Amino acid sequence: MSRAGAWRLGILGGAVALLELLCRLGAIKKITMIPPSEMALALGRLMAGPAMWPHAAKTFGNVAWAFLIAVLAGATIGVVLHALPGLRRALDPWLATWYAVPVFVFYPLFIVLFGMGDAPIIAIAFLFSVAAMTIATLDGLGRIPRVLRKTARVHRLTPIERALRIDLPSAFPYLLTGVKLALAYAFIGVIASEFILSGFGLGHEISFAYNNFDNRTMYGLMLFLLTAVVLINLVVQRIERRELRRRGR
Amino acid sequence: MKRRALDMLLVSVALVVLWQALHWRVGEEGLASPAATLRQIGEELESPRFWRHVAETAIAFGWALLYSAGGGLVLGLWFGFRRLAGEVAEPVLTAFASLPKVTLYPIMLLVFGLGLPAKVAFGAIHGIVPVVLFSMAAVRNLAPVLTRTARVLRLDARTTALTVLLPAALPEIVSGLRIGFSLTLLGVLIGEMFAAKRGLGFLIMNAIGLNDSGTIMTVATLLFAFAALANAALLALDRHLHHRGD
Amino acid sequence: MSQVHARLMGVSRVYPAAAGQAAVHALGPLDLDLRRGEFFGVVGPSGCGKSTLLDVVAGLAAPSEGRVTFEQRDVAGEVPDGIGVVFQEDASFGWLTVWDNVAFGLRRAGREAAEVQRRVDEALRFMGLVDFARAYPAQLSGGMRQRVCIARTLVMEPRLILLDEPFGALDAQTRLLMGDELLRLWRASGATVMLITHALDEAAMLSDRVGVMSARPGRFIDIIDTGWARERDSRIAAEPSFGALTARLWSLLRDESLKALGHQRP
Repeated sequence: MSRAGAWRLGILGGAVALLELLCRLGAIKKITMIPPSEMALALGRLMAGPAMWPHAAKTFGNVAWAFLIAVLAGATIGVVLHALPGLRRALDPWLATWYAVPVFVFYPLFIVLFGMGDAPIIAIAFLFSVAAMTIATLDGLGRIPRVLRKTARVHRLTPIERALRIDLPSAFPYLLTGVKLALAYAFIGVIASEFILSGFGLGHEISFAYNNFDNRTMYGLMLFLLTAVVLINLVVQRIERRELRRRGR
Repeated sequence: MKRRALDMLLVSVALVVLWQALHWRVGEEGLASPAATLRQIGEELESPRFWRHVAETAIAFGWALLYSAGGGLVLGLWFGFRRLAGEVAEPVLTAFASLPKVTLYPIMLLVFGLGLPAKVAFGAIHGIVPVVLFSMAAVRNLAPVLTRTARVLRLDARTTALTVLLPAALPEIVSGLRIGFSLTLLGVLIGEMFAAKRGLGFLIMNAIGLNDSGTIMTVATLLFAFAALANAALLALDRHLHHRGD
Repeated sequence: MSQVHARLMGVSRVYPAAAGQAAVHALGPLDLDLRRGEFFGVVGPSGCGKSTLLDVVAGLAAPSEGRVTFEQRDVAGEVPDGIGVVFQEDASFGWLTVWDNVAFGLRRAGREAAEVQRRVDEALRFMGLVDFARAYPAQLSGGMRQRVCIARTLVMEPRLILLDEPFGALDAQTRLLMGDELLRLWRASGATVMLITHALDEAAMLSDRVGVMSARPGRFIDIIDTGWARERDSRIAAEPSFGALTARLWSLLRDESLKALGHQRP
């Protein structure tokens, strides 16, 4: 392991041990936080029992839908805007300001449009995550070296061939960055919606446990959710790294 | 310049048209009309009750921004100049950046109790990560030739930092601050939506509960206008710094 | 060997006025005959339209006025079959291995796998890339990456090879060696070569004829026969006539280069 890796492990391990100690000694009250070892136990109990899984399935299902639609729509919008520079220039400042829109306020609108259920939450998470993918797509397409475009013409590629054989692979690392961000934003969108708006899903369960002073369940759920998100992100990051290393960046 | 103003106008008009069309489609309780929202904005801006909510949010946001920008800058510069510290911290930071931090809000509430400190802490943890990551990258990407030039000019460490390194790193730092600004505001608002009795986030949440689409759109429009203006200013600064000397 | 391979007649190129900028008259009007099988070098001050000239011959840009033919056929806004181009910038495909980079054109042309295999291996051998066949371009030096691009061009067996300052980003020693390889490739393939360069010694060393261009709008001020034998390499730099040739090119270009510099001053 690298020196930095050893330090990281040491510091994180030390922090958990310190937390454990402070909780055990009563310096941190039980009503605030339970010892990490008990969080792990609570996590084990939750994963062994049936109660959590329907919520987990709902949350991850909604994230998957929002993420997929956002990636497809974002890439499409990016391609269209790239092809229409006039429209792109007009929309650029709005794209950069996208995250200033408090998208949660559209919940009532989406309920009227899509009815109660999962669709409004997916719509909110989609709105949250589509801009990241659009921006990344524009970025990737804008950075295709001109010389590769010329090379495509020397090889007399048709526009579709050029898109598939030159543009897409050349922009791929940027698209992956967009995918990574879109995933993170889809999670934020879904879980925040469940927290403050919905009556189902992991976000809601955490909020419910908090309101009922059920710290064991709350910390167990948090640990489950955060570990899952970190693991998923690690996978995406690994793919991204491999791609970047191959291209020597 | 003229062209950009025209673009801005056209897109704004298109948005209002879309808004109006959606309003006709879903009716008053789904989405208030642009005209009704504009009327209510006028009324709210004259009401002291509304301004108390604005002040509540503004104070929380101000403190959160102070912590996320200030703290982020200090940490980012430290991680940037101390290689090992940076290498230790970076994977943790990128992992933290992608977490749905709303999950952690109950902990903030348990630690700080309901009220201003929890909101401030929640806003700060949203905004601090990009500031740290961008400042760290800015320092790391400084060309080694700058330090060598400073040594040839026989500048001391303080002068080097203040007159050479900081100005060179500034554009990237401002980019980080811009993203941190938006995320801090988002954090404060989510905090207020989840648990608060005052503030703009509370107003929105309350209005969602009452199906009061007029208030929702009023607060949302004002928030957007504020965030967009601030973002435009920071973006202009950002672009200006990145294109110095072209 | 005086058969005309590509011909430019009264060719000029004007970039139309864009927002806030006046129209730029980049090239010509000029005439040029490239003879089949010759090595033609082009030198000129920076910004004189050398690259524009190449784009026009290749069909990457249409001339504003005049005509371009390749093998008696008009070149009209599309790169004709039989022309290969090597650019100054790294044009290797970072997402493909060296082998797949070189195989790109053949696969697109729908050649059989066995033929692709044979021709790619041959091109790699010729360019000394056999050991790097499975590597990605990012793992190679700039010189090696440019070899990949040359191999990707030569594998298509072009009859006219256009090179736009292909060694511009390489160090001086590597350039000399790459020049030798280019001569070897030229002799082995029998192709016509047009090499754009800003290095006078490179042009003097490699070319049968050197076209000297004026400052913008670029025209040929002179076309010089070098008189070298077909069998030659960078060692001719030691010959007295090489010094004389380079000196002559410089005396032709000095005033034009000064003009080009002056153009850039505000």
